Amino acid sequence: MADAVFLAISVLTIGSAIAALEVRSLIYGSISLMGTLGGVAGYFLLLDSPFVAMFQIAVYIGSIAVLILFTVMLVRRQLIFFKVEDKRRRYAGVGLMLILMVALGTIILGSGIKTIQTDASPVNFRTIGEDFLTYYWPALILMALILASSVIGALTLARREDMENEQRTN
Amino acid sequence: MSNELIDFVIVSIALLAIGIYGVSVKRNAIRMLFAIEIIINAANLNLVAFARYIPNSKGQTFALFSIAIAAAEVAVGLALIIVAYRMYKNIDIAEFRSLKG
Repeated sequence: MADAVFLAISVLTIGSAIAALEVRSLIYGSISLMGTLGGVAGYFLLLDSPFVAMFQIAVYIGSIAVLILFTVMLVRRQLIFFKVEDKRRRYAGVGLMLILMVALGTIILGSGIKTIQTDASPVNFRTIGEDFLTYYWPALILMALILASSVIGALTLARREDMENEQRTN
Repeated sequence: MSNELIDFVIVSIALLAIGIYGVSVKRNAIRMLFAIEIIINAANLNLVAFARYIPNSKGQTFALFSIAIAAAEVAVGLALIIVAYRMYKNIDIAEFRSLKG
């Protein structure tokens, strides 16, 4: 059975996930998204993986959420509160969500993982570092290249050519 | 540990369902990005939970890779949204129709 900390983190995570999608203002939405990401980091701490939790906080709350917040601020004011959606499509979406939850839930509850428990000691995070630098080093280098290329790609996409040409003519 | 694997899996299913609802219903591009982030987090939670109960360090390693790739994806996605906003002066994905046949 789950303990109180788990339940509190569950309420925080799922509640702020719903709020992130449903709150009228995009700014409050992105702040609730931070709540969801922080809640998932809390789950990682409960699962005895502090390294992943710290990585989650540093990457998600520290960079992604701030990036999203800045992008939201670049958008015009009316669009921040912009919320057009089909009524029928919305009901269909809620139905899809409930069907998915019930179906996957019954499948998972009917499977064997219901009884899985562990008394094993948690994995030491030194093992993760060793894995990264021994067996997974090609993947690590590839990941670094992907990150660099995505940053370059994002900068190239967001560049304003018209403004640069104007400055050059001036 | 007082928490069982099934608890984490159920939370992960709930997050996945909320994310799929967001992707399918919302027309605001930034909100769709939020929903995609929620789905990625549900997947990471599953990876780390199963890795804890096996127990194995590979799941945590894979979750770390997944978080880093998600960061790259968000950077490119936000740049695309900014470009589309500059072109259409809007972030409604139903308005982005220059590729529509």
